[in-house]
Amino acid sequence: MKHTLSVLVEDRPGVLARVASLLARRGFNIHSLAVGPTAEPGMSRMTIVVDAPELEQVKKQLHKLVNVVRITELDPATALEREIMLVRVAAPAGRRGEVLEIASIFKATAVDVGPSSMCFQISGTPAKINDFLDLIRPYGIVDLVKSGRIAMAREQKTKPGRLRAVN
Amino acid sequence: MSTITGAQALITALEHEGVDVVFGVPGGAILPAYDPLHDSPIRHILARHEQGAGHMAEGYAWATGRVGVAMATSGPGATNLVTPLADALMDSVPIVAITGQVPTSSVGNDAFQEAYTTGITMPATKHNYFVTDVDEIPQVVREAFHIASTGRPGPVLIDLPKNVLTATTTWHEPGEISLAGYKPTVDGHPRRVKEAVDLIAEAQRPVLYVGGGIIKANASAELRRFAELVNVPVTTTLMGRGAFPDDHRLSLGMPGMHGTYTAITALQKADLLIAIGVRFDDRVTGKVDTFAPHAKVIHVDVDPAEIGKVRTADVPIVGDARRILTQLIEAWAGRETPDRHPWLDTIAAWKRDYPLRYDQQPDGPIKPQFVIEELYRLTDGDATLVAGVGQHQMWASQFWRFSDPRRWINSGGLGTMGFAIPAAIGAKVGRPDDLVYAIDGDGSFQMTLQELITAASEGIPVKVAVFNNRSYGMVTQWQKLFYGGKLSASVLGDDVDYVKIAEGLGCAGLRAETPDEVAPTLEKSLAIDDRPVVVELVVDPDEMVFPMVPAGASNDEVILGPDDLGSLP
Repeated sequence: MKHTLSVLVEDRPGVLARVASLLARRGFNIHSLAVGPTAEPGMSRMTIVVDAPELEQVKKQLHKLVNVVRITELDPATALEREIMLVRVAAPAGRRGEVLEIASIFKATAVDVGPSSMCFQISGTPAKINDFLDLIRPYGIVDLVKSGRIAMAREQKTKPGRLRAVN
Repeated sequence: MSTITGAQALITALEHEGVDVVFGVPGGAILPAYDPLHDSPIRHILARHEQGAGHMAEGYAWATGRVGVAMATSGPGATNLVTPLADALMDSVPIVAITGQVPTSSVGNDAFQEAYTTGITMPATKHNYFVTDVDEIPQVVREAFHIASTGRPGPVLIDLPKNVLTATTTWHEPGEISLAGYKPTVDGHPRRVKEAVDLIAEAQRPVLYVGGGIIKANASAELRRFAELVNVPVTTTLMGRGAFPDDHRLSLGMPGMHGTYTAITALQKADLLIAIGVRFDDRVTGKVDTFAPHAKVIHVDVDPAEIGKVRTADVPIVGDARRILTQLIEAWAGRETPDRHPWLDTIAAWKRDYPLRYDQQPDGPIKPQFVIEELYRLTDGDATLVAGVGQHQMWASQFWRFSDPRRWINSGGLGTMGFAIPAAIGAKVGRPDDLVYAIDGDGSFQMTLQELITAASEGIPVKVAVFNNRSYGMVTQWQKLFYGGKLSASVLGDDVDYVKIAEGLGCAGLRAETPDEVAPTLEKSLAIDDRPVVVELVVDPDEMVFPMVPAGASNDEVILGPDDLGSLP
């Protein structure tokens, strides 16, 4: 079962290693991990997608790290989740039209064109990106790189309690 | 403001934390720190191996409740500290380790005696620091001591590159500690406390299952008051021996793999566990699915990650054990102390019918249990016992009648053979007026015996009983029980003269080979106080530790003794 965690950490050297090492040591599999600065100076945000049967231990163990400030579990049904992907598709001149048509439906942007392939940039929900991939896969994927998921909770409207902070 | 070096800032910061002793071994990268240390009132005890220095710091912390400090150089000095750090993490022992590091300009270049100390020790510490700015040293030291000693205590390491130690700075008075991600909970949630008290009032067969957390929180007095108030029997884990007096009418002794039948069975039959400062370790629970199957669980721990890790708690209470026991006592106010008659009578019957036992024949080989009982008799139990790991550790824990906290010191979670001698040295340094007696096996002894040199040359008169069965006794026990008696690589069989070793290292050496020699030899050891003493006790190599619940078996399957082995699968 995949869970998305938004983890606020102090921006210190080695903090990524601490988090990754802890997850590995406790036997939790990291599906993706994205990290970057926040609006708050000295703080970074990690979005971690982990594969674990239940999340309580993951959260509690992460919380034992001195540099981990706050952990929020995001409900995939309501959270904003985004990925960015660069994908190079085999597209000789004769097939470029078909590929571009699919790309335009998904609002993927062509960022490089060569004699035998095209490279697209696409951002969106993990589901959208996977759908796009499924459609272009038959043309032959030459290379692919994903950013790892980033996520944020929506502003709470009517249903509080979806966002659970652990302490 | 006068200019000082990073090394001077370090030593001053240690003095400000109240450090009176550092256990260490010098070397290239840490040399700058040893220079001001020489002029400091802080005593330095020169261990003969960094592992020894680490365990000494642990022994000191166990015995005193204060933070123990170990110092080592970069590379092998730091890697030799890994075992004591891992040990301290498992057993929640507050120590601060200070390591030298190659200069920052050489870091990452495979420099001489370079090791990635913070990386290597990351999973073996509660937290660690790699200091690159000399101005930060006082604040880092302050934080390290705070983290090591608060919440669930544990080891913290500070790695200091040589150029940071030699760089100049001015004294930066450490400020308030403000760690955004580290705020341990102290007070228990009042609603949970009330729920706990209601459960205790309703329970028919409650058991207090308490461990090292009581000792770490200095909560023994509160525990005793509470246990008597609610009239609930108490079992103390290996880490919690001494948290509750063994001679108390409510004491059940130790639970788990080598616990008393009464403690093991009381947990199995209980309808409520009041678990305080324990972590449902596999050595206590046996097969988890069948552990205390009828019991609801109140789980009190300062570490929220322990609650629900192994066993779901019906009432989880996060906080300091002493504070929460006080809250429980207050919340109980107005209720009567239950007589708990059927339950306490059943327990009394188990105690009577299934006591710990062994058979010492007057003309037979020395039984290790007999040695523990004789030592207890000769000292009136007025001693701190420090154990290595193995059979001797279990016998010491079973047969000593503990009455005070911090007077039983051992390696519980990590099971570090070789712990006894250095930890005893640390304990004796911390409590010089106490009689500190290490109980060691010959296997354990051989792992750190060089620290006897430390004890002798530093004038630390510890006593070490070596139970010599010429084998890794616990290994042979398992091989006899579970591997068809094939004693693979477990019989030492060596002809070591422990008396000569002791004398060669500057200690007194004594030996007892027959039961009638035990008491006079131990008496002699107690009379020597001008140097360390090693007492070799040639014990029965065939003696096994019982009761025993085989690893992974249910706690309903207690093997009581050798004549009970038919029940093995």
